Amino acid sequence: METKHGIDAVMLTEADNVATALKDLAQGEEARVGVGERTVLVPVRQVIAFGHKLAVTNIRAGGEIRKYGEVIGRATQDIPAGTHAHVHNVESLRGRGDLEAARKTNAV
Amino acid sequence: MQFKGYARPDGRVGTRNYIGVLSTVVCANEVVDRIARSVTGAAAFTHHQGCGQTPVDLERVNRALVGLGRNPNLAGVLLVGLGCEGVAVEEVAEEIRASGKRVECLVIQEEGGQARSVARGHLLAQELVAEASKVQPSPHPISELVLGLKCGASDTTQGLFATPAVGIVSDTVVAAGGTSVLGEVTEFIGAEHILARHARTPEVAERILALVKRMEDRAKAMGCDMRGGQPTGGNIKGGLTTIEEKSLGAIAKAGTAPVEAVYEYGETPTVRGLVVMDSPGREPEILTGLAAAGCNIIAFATGRGAPQGFPFVPVVKITGNIVTWTKLRDHMDCYVGTIMEGTESLPSAGRRLFEELIEYASGRLTKAEISGYSNSMDIYVTGPVI
Repeated sequence: METKHGIDAVMLTEADNVATALKDLAQGEEARVGVGERTVLVPVRQVIAFGHKLAVTNIRAGGEIRKYGEVIGRATQDIPAGTHAHVHNVESLRGRGDLEAARKTNAV
Repeated sequence: MQFKGYARPDGRVGTRNYIGVLSTVVCANEVVDRIARSVTGAAAFTHHQGCGQTPVDLERVNRALVGLGRNPNLAGVLLVGLGCEGVAVEEVAEEIRASGKRVECLVIQEEGGQARSVARGHLLAQELVAEASKVQPSPHPISELVLGLKCGASDTTQGLFATPAVGIVSDTVVAAGGTSVLGEVTEFIGAEHILARHARTPEVAERILALVKRMEDRAKAMGCDMRGGQPTGGNIKGGLTTIEEKSLGAIAKAGTAPVEAVYEYGETPTVRGLVVMDSPGREPEILTGLAAAGCNIIAFATGRGAPQGFPFVPVVKITGNIVTWTKLRDHMDCYVGTIMEGTESLPSAGRRLFEELIEYASGRLTKAEISGYSNSMDIYVTGPVI
């Protein structure tokens, strides 16, 4: 799809730290990331497939991943800006029996 | 801004001016269809419930029928029953009458079968339409809108453009003093804690969490786990990383307003603002539930293209997918792929979508109404059929 005059990726709110690619992004290109009325440029440091997310800021290991202005998971390792944020470096905080068990142990 | 609607005796406002021919039981559907088909201005509501069910489900069917009958898009109601069903027809009629509407009842066993029922029903429906057509539309404030929210047949664009744009519309309606109804409790799973944080009070938060637990417990009782395996392998391949992200994509259509209250399926909200209603996500049940809750318009965000509408409530289809917009243009009403094309920002697409919604509320026909693809209806039940 032609997105030359449009945006290459979208952030749902200003509070987000990831953007979703609206086309396959090549390493080395500058992605035009739309957020609200603005467009920001993010250098792409890794191939990002359509529909996948890239970090728009440097996210430290253990840091929150924010999309829709909400926390969608936690970084399991550092995720530099412009790189792929997905299941290999992001974990869910929901439906985690191990975390729930740890919480119960801590509560006791 | 105002919309053109039909004032009803109970103070509510319809966006359409039908008379409803409502089946009280699955066994009366044939007669309902025949009557409604032959009368201009009559909308048929048929379903598969109303008898041979648990008391809990029968109560839910009663509540849904009362809610549907009271929906402000109906000026009058003709209830059609068989005569031996579990639904208390006269009680349903009385409760609808309490809203000030004329309600007629037709019982097939008393009338003497299908042909006699259809003949008298035809005449009654014509009388009701003649009365209904006297009501002229007039301007009403946005606060009289009761917006139903729905999404389905999703793709990558849906949670990025369509549901966030609908979220802006919902926020706009709520900010103007209107009501917005979020169902599809199954879609909350994984993000229910986030929705609960948006609750006005701790009690409302508790009820949101309880709704999700109840929905999951029903699935577990059938040996199904709705949470495990989410997001699916296909979702992950498509770029979705966590269950929170997937569910937020659906909840985004409810915008950022606080959740004021939680209601049972088909219950009419007694407060304004954003409310949550218990309902599954499947089209016939959620569209019926939203109509029973009194929604006078429904915003339906879709990716791959869902064509379903409802007999007497306009269902506005919104997509951000250019392929769906072009290929399914006979079913899609609004396009928000402009965000991706760079000709509109999300906030401006949301504002435009709100204006288009007001046009549809004011009588512009949706594609589902034009094509007649508007019979997606059934009442949600949870128990066995006996």
